[in-house]
Amino acid sequence: MAFGILAAGAYIPRLRLQRKAIVDANRWFAPGLASLGKGERAICNWDEDAITMAVEAVRDATAGFSRNELKSFYFASTTFPFLDRLNAGVVAQALSLPDDLSALDVASSQRCAMSALAQALRGNETSLIVAAEHRRTRAASPIELTAGDGAAALVVGSGEPIARLLASARSTVDFVDHFRTADSEYDYQWEERWVRDAGYMSIVPPVIARCLENAKIKASDVTHFCMPAMVPRAVNAVAKAAGIADVAIADSLQSVCGDTGAAHPLLLLVSALERAKPGDLILVVGFGQGADALLFECTGTPGGDGRHGCAGYLARRRAETNYGKFLAFNDLIEIERGMRSETDKQTPLSSLWRNRETVTGMIGGKCNVCGTVQFPMTRVCVNPNCSAVDTQEPHPFAQKTGRVNSFTADRLTYSPDPPACYGMVQFEDGGRWMMDFTDVEDDKLEVGLRMRMMFRIKDIDTQRGFRRYFWKAAPLDVDVAEGSL
Amino acid sequence: MPAGIRDKVAILGMGCSKFGERWESDAADLMVEAFAEGIKDAGIETKQIDAAWLSTAIEEQHVGKSAVPLATALRLPFIPVTRVENFCASGTEAFRGAVYAVASGAADIALALGVEKLKDTGYGGLPQRGRGTLNNQIWSNLSAPGLFAQLGAAYRAKHDVSRDDLKKAMAHISVKSHDNAARNPKAHLRNRITMDAVLNAPLVAEPLGLYDCCGVSDGAACAIVTTPEIARSLGKTDLVSVKALQLSVSNGLEAQHNSWDGSYFHTTRIAARRAYQEAAVEKPREEISLVEVHDCFSVTELVTLEDLQLSAEGGAIADVLDGFYDADGSIPCQIDGGLKCFGHPIGASGLRMIYEMYLQILGRAGERQRKTPPRLGMTHNLGGFPHQNVCSIAIVGRYGE
Repeated sequence: MAFGILAAGAYIPRLRLQRKAIVDANRWFAPGLASLGKGERAICNWDEDAITMAVEAVRDATAGFSRNELKSFYFASTTFPFLDRLNAGVVAQALSLPDDLSALDVASSQRCAMSALAQALRGNETSLIVAAEHRRTRAASPIELTAGDGAAALVVGSGEPIARLLASARSTVDFVDHFRTADSEYDYQWEERWVRDAGYMSIVPPVIARCLENAKIKASDVTHFCMPAMVPRAVNAVAKAAGIADVAIADSLQSVCGDTGAAHPLLLLVSALERAKPGDLILVVGFGQGADALLFECTGTPGGDGRHGCAGYLARRRAETNYGKFLAFNDLIEIERGMRSETDKQTPLSSLWRNRETVTGMIGGKCNVCGTVQFPMTRVCVNPNCSAVDTQEPHPFAQKTGRVNSFTADRLTYSPDPPACYGMVQFEDGGRWMMDFTDVEDDKLEVGLRMRMMFRIKDIDTQRGFRRYFWKAAPLDVDVAEGSL
Repeated sequence: MPAGIRDKVAILGMGCSKFGERWESDAADLMVEAFAEGIKDAGIETKQIDAAWLSTAIEEQHVGKSAVPLATALRLPFIPVTRVENFCASGTEAFRGAVYAVASGAADIALALGVEKLKDTGYGGLPQRGRGTLNNQIWSNLSAPGLFAQLGAAYRAKHDVSRDDLKKAMAHISVKSHDNAARNPKAHLRNRITMDAVLNAPLVAEPLGLYDCCGVSDGAACAIVTTPEIARSLGKTDLVSVKALQLSVSNGLEAQHNSWDGSYFHTTRIAARRAYQEAAVEKPREEISLVEVHDCFSVTELVTLEDLQLSAEGGAIADVLDGFYDADGSIPCQIDGGLKCFGHPIGASGLRMIYEMYLQILGRAGERQRKTPPRLGMTHNLGGFPHQNVCSIAIVGRYGE
């Protein structure tokens, strides 16, 4: 038994906006953006946010890991949907994490997830750290091109670690390279050259030096150097100043995903763990009002049945060339949504609480008399030959796969991304539900299509700012192993 | 099996407003319009009515709750009036209330009136509305066409039917209903359409196109019922009586239990079996002379014809394309244009179906009258969605036959 990182996972939204589409649409106004026009960035579907991505990243990290062992849970983001409602609490409920869990939202800097990870590594509990970011950027801003949406999760504790912490170091200074206030929606950023020279170059190398010194490791021995940087060439400059070899610099995932903000140091770490060999040294740095540096020795490989990982989720992609759709999904343009969108979406909070296991956890029932599995759980068994009363035991559905029994692509009902695809999903060991589909194109729908469950935004209550979540069905990708979501 | 309702109640009179986009009319106007025809047909006065039932489904769009709107519109003299709602099957529910009241002896003469004033929504289609607190949280983002459309996917998978063949049969159904409605002065949509127009129309919900969906209409219809004896005593000689009235309501089986395959209506099959038994019909395909089904969507009509045992399972497409259900076919279906073209003012629709049967049996259907007046007519009024619904079936025919 040793203490360290026990499991690692990621989630990258399936849609990848082609940067060329952003550049082309904005060329009339900001021709200078053309230099950032290569590759693609991950963007949330309309029904994804930091909470839904965190749920998926945690599921990915805990594939083949008992979530009941978790004692503390840190959820890091600077784009939490809720300011006063524990965002980690939604994730915990969705995944039926243990009730006696300590759960904390961590926020307010680009390195908050790294600080949470460092904190968890200093303790001795089994901890879950997830970071997720749904970046909010202005149209035609450079950051619109360099940012990406995504999430990463790690489990820290005693067991057989895939990575062991060798040393850490940190500093905290009030260096304001950019900021976002409670009242502003977008970042306000200072000149990049100043951020690089006065920020990264003066703050990070000393922290790296202390970290390496604590571990008695030479900079040149670092095999994977993972440091996100929002300004170009800062990573190379820092590596050079710190004495880290060029070949050790980990790919920033800029060309395939974009910078996922507070999630990015963890995402780069997860990606490095997927590539590293035992004995490799991984140095991860988070920058933001100071820096956190963590040095790991790789001792294993992330695994677990059904784990996609960073590489798997990067491969699960659909190229999106429609910049207008991205603008609409992120409320960057006001589109005419029609009168059907005006229906009141108020969520009675008392009902949500009463039904939290059904709605948030997708817990159904299994009759202990006839064995019929059903969703939702009800007082009277649905089996016509049983109808026993109060015999259902909680039975989780979220990890199940099912098959499409019937479907449609509905162009009448209001959907932020028409047509609304939904249908009857029949679960393989019993139970069914008429469900919304997500991450699917209507021409791919067919009876018998295998589906997995994904936690998504169900409705946005624009009148009150609330959003409600439920599970939707998405095609089970052919490259994903069966039965292990 | 209880003795049932057969021949215990006769229709004394019926009325039906013009259906359509009645921009000039409130629900009260429509109720009065239907009732004026019905009471005249019955040959009685309002004060002779002992009890009344009002059916409306989306009452928040027009009259609001309770039976007061009917009592007020008709100035009913403080008699018992009840409002019923059971999705789109509400109209037949009002009829059932009135018929049962007469059969029980609680009322000598009873009124059933259904009304819906839908065209104050501001947009086409049915009003978007909430489904209940928990349902809003766990139901899919559905519309009626989106759920009924799924019959198509499941039916195709079960019977190995190509999309083209299904679309062709559905198109034939809609073309036929438009043809029929062209001969019906009260119908909402009276234009004839072509197969090409149907097949090339924009999709509403795969595989349903625009012309696969029924009209959303304003309208009202009513029935005044009594015992055959009282009807005779009031001078009626040619009586149409109720042979069967059955209702089957989903209990969650289709929505939650994997025994249902999604290609048919579980409720309709049960209600039809019971109705045939109640009406002593043994061979529906030979004995039923006319049928009005709940053709909210063309695909609904298609699968319902099998559920009613009029077509063999998997045989509806061939029957439809053969013209079996055309106006000059063996069992005309929607000879008045159906929901598709007569229109679908929800609370009135079940009563409108019975109205057509009544006219046809009495030979009073004008230009669209069957040459040989039908002996037994069947109406099928369905509310909800394929996976959870309310199915109401009525069989009416000549009294004493």
